[in-house]
Amino acid sequence: MRKLFFALLLAPLAVFASGDEIHLDNANIDPHDAISIQRGARTFVNYCLNCHSANSMRYNRLMDLGLTEQQIKENLLFATEKVGDPMTISASRKDQKQWFGVEPPDLSVVARSRGTDWLYTYLRTFYRDEKRPSGWNNLAFPNVGMPHALWQMQGIQILKTESEEHEGHKSEHKKLVLEHPGSLSAIEYDKLTRDLVNYLSYMAEPEKTRRSQIGVVVLFFLLLLLVPAWLLKKEYWKSVH
Amino acid sequence: MNKLKALLGWIDDRFPLTANWKAHMSEYYAPKNFNFWYYFGSLALLILVMQIVTGILLTMHYKPDAAQAFASVEYIMRDVPWGWLIRYMHSTGASMFFIVIYLHMFRGLIYGSYRKPRELLWLFGMLIYLCLMAEAFFGYLLPWGQMSYWGAQVIVNLFGAVPFIGPDLSLWIRGDYVVSDATLNRFFAFHVIAVPLVLLGLVAAHLLALHEVGSNNPDGIEIKKKKDPVTGIPLDGIAFHPYYIVKDIVGVVVFLMVFSAIVFFAPEMGGYFLEHNNFIPADPLKTPLHIAPVWYFTPFYSILRAVPPLFNSQFPGVMAMGLSTMIFFLLPWLDRGAVKSIRYRGSIYKSALALFVVAFLILGYLGTEPTNVWGQFGSWLGGADRATVAARIFTIIYFLFFLLMPWYTKIDKTKPEPERVTS
Repeated sequence: MRKLFFALLLAPLAVFASGDEIHLDNANIDPHDAISIQRGARTFVNYCLNCHSANSMRYNRLMDLGLTEQQIKENLLFATEKVGDPMTISASRKDQKQWFGVEPPDLSVVARSRGTDWLYTYLRTFYRDEKRPSGWNNLAFPNVGMPHALWQMQGIQILKTESEEHEGHKSEHKKLVLEHPGSLSAIEYDKLTRDLVNYLSYMAEPEKTRRSQIGVVVLFFLLLLLVPAWLLKKEYWKSVH
Repeated sequence: MNKLKALLGWIDDRFPLTANWKAHMSEYYAPKNFNFWYYFGSLALLILVMQIVTGILLTMHYKPDAAQAFASVEYIMRDVPWGWLIRYMHSTGASMFFIVIYLHMFRGLIYGSYRKPRELLWLFGMLIYLCLMAEAFFGYLLPWGQMSYWGAQVIVNLFGAVPFIGPDLSLWIRGDYVVSDATLNRFFAFHVIAVPLVLLGLVAAHLLALHEVGSNNPDGIEIKKKKDPVTGIPLDGIAFHPYYIVKDIVGVVVFLMVFSAIVFFAPEMGGYFLEHNNFIPADPLKTPLHIAPVWYFTPFYSILRAVPPLFNSQFPGVMAMGLSTMIFFLLPWLDRGAVKSIRYRGSIYKSALALFVVAFLILGYLGTEPTNVWGQFGSWLGGADRATVAARIFTIIYFLFFLLMPWYTKIDKTKPEPERVTS
């Protein structure tokens, strides 16, 4: 019952990107940059896939990005998985709910529900908050159940509220300050998350880039087809006065 | 060639093939002055066929099962060859169907195509429209995303507002106390079999009625009144085949260009054709903060929200929403104008129609947004939501367009109709 209550409490936050009030940073990803997506895939498999699944995504789909089957097997697979398997996880949903309060959502299409800018902001705005069970909180997703999985690289941020008086108006704004640097510099960490978001965006719709390429061909064909169709109409309608 | 003719003769002795071809194609005479607005009938037929074909292909891979539905759609998007194209064609087709039908209905409004002798044609068309709404509603549950789920929950709950039988009625529709696997299965049955069957029958009736009375035209005059004394062919009529076949082909190609641009470059249409929240699997325990139906229902959804509850019951709103669609059925008898076409109507009808279109569009926009989208009025209006007040005003305008029609079309100063069609 307590868990249900907890889930209901979090519900609106989980469904609606509650970061409406915070400014979302532009993820600025390049869906044609296969190398960036490959790097993102590595981060995803190493850091996200332990708790989150991506049940709709097969490992060998990554061959789209120019990886060979051998490379996928050697770098991304654990011993028991086959290259055609989807990115499932072994942790039970029940245990996870016990640990985090909520089940970590499947991330197959998360870029389509959340949007890439939100993901990019979310991954960079974790901060230390002792009041939370996990010890972490997030600006884009207040009271998130997930701890900061990438903290060793980003380091530990804390939230500082600055009051400012400007022409008699008092305004407060929140600011994240890096208290303990991680193994990456801020610029490197931004790049890491950008690659990760690029991968999430690719995974949400692997056909996306091919889709628009085909679209150009289709539109070009229809444009050509319009010419005889128009001439045919003109020819027949000559006799109509 | 002679053998082909012999075969045709053999068939004609047993089935009215040539007779039907002549009656509906090569000797069906349509007015020669059709304009832009006359493309949307044939385009609606095209989309109907596309939806049926893509729909059949989708059912080959889709699983109507609450535990598998969401994943099976993603399976179609990834693992089925060209599955993403089939799915996007179907989802884009749904929205484009409504765009085309709304334009088709608007054509009827501006040229008075519902007037005598085309009342039944209009009624069949309205029944098609209702079927289409049912079809879209049932189909929208199938991807089993959050918006699918909660949209269905909200709409089915509306039936609960019916006095006395309401709760039992919504229970009967859902087949469960909440939207669940049972609901998904029956909606699937309705979406792929029941409603399409009715739809096809109604489309056939719509076309038969059209070919019985003949098409209206932008001048709103009857071309059958002026016939060639020798041939009996209307002087302003031209054979549907080949003239309108070749013309409609041009329309089809242009339409397909718009359609393909959406399918290939923007299938979500910024969240209007495929809503962002629908990429989250349905979860009965998580209610989204803002539940909005897909854009084509939003004018009516706005009307539902605009009407205040009475004795704590939403029933007046539900009634108003129902009436707002049903009232179109009455158009042939509400319009008392001396002419059919807007070309010869006076300024009163033109203003009324313009106001109605504005009301429809604004209600449609407001239905996609939460009621606080425009903020609140100050305390002098009790801090009411601006959007709600606006929706109420436009709801009244919406209904007045119909309710005052017998009066304002009668006093409207019309111009004389021409004898023959103008170009």
